Amino acid sequence: MMTKVELETFVEGTTNYFATAANQPASVGSPYIVQEGRPTVQEFTGLISIAGKRRGIVYFTASRPMLTVMLMRMGETELTQENMCDLVGEVANTISGNARRDFGKDFMISVPTVVAGEPEKIVTPDNTRSFVIPINWRSHSAQLVVCLE
Amino acid sequence: MAANAKAEPLTNGKLKLMICDDSNIIRRKIERELKIDRLQVIATAANGKLAVEAFRKEPADVVTMDITMPEMDGIECVENLVKIKPDVLILIISALSDKATAIEALKKGANGFLCKPFTDRQLTEALEELLRGAGNDD
Repeated sequence: MMTKVELETFVEGTTNYFATAANQPASVGSPYIVQEGRPTVQEFTGLISIAGKRRGIVYFTASRPMLTVMLMRMGETELTQENMCDLVGEVANTISGNARRDFGKDFMISVPTVVAGEPEKIVTPDNTRSFVIPINWRSHSAQLVVCLE
Repeated sequence: MAANAKAEPLTNGKLKLMICDDSNIIRRKIERELKIDRLQVIATAANGKLAVEAFRKEPADVVTMDITMPEMDGIECVENLVKIKPDVLILIISALSDKATAIEALKKGANGFLCKPFTDRQLTEALEELLRGAGNDD
């Protein structure tokens, strides 16, 4: 089970990502537990597997319109499917990597796996609660999902 | 293997820069936002293995290096590049923000560390500091 302090690490990482990389702060809400069913999956999802000291997954999921605007804000001119996949992977990788500041070196992160559509491919570990961190940015919404044993 | 390979300077006197990151948008961002006239991008690579191959063909003077990459990670790549060209300047640009990782990269031969996410200004400052540290500050 994750602690409030541990979740705050991911909230701070998400806040910092949008303010720094996307050149516009996001409104990052309080994490909540998924009570029933699966956590939200949008059109593009970047997923990081966590091993070592903790095990589980962290994923960032967002819509095409949001990723399009993010790429534009980052100065990217090629608004392609490939770059949207790249972006969701990079967001998940950056926030997970930044978490090592608090979790330490043994919080081992994988290279990103990207899923476009096909939410059934996102599998969270059994018997582990998923926390959703809601992200509102401009008129768009996205989610960071943290599921760690 | 071309141990201690010597880089041929560019005819315009600029230093050769190689960008290594598995993210296309990060590679393009670094290339696009590069504000240092003395640096010229000669190669980009999507993982450590490709970076070593490109570096053997044409050693760069300066390298920006991600750590978490497929095929060969940035730490192993740094070791390889330093064996080929010991005086190469390497700036790690990574999301891995724990001190142990930064220290390990520096021990393997990297010269600086910039944490992702980064602003254009932070990138420029980190590269300028890297060049200053090596006495390439004009």
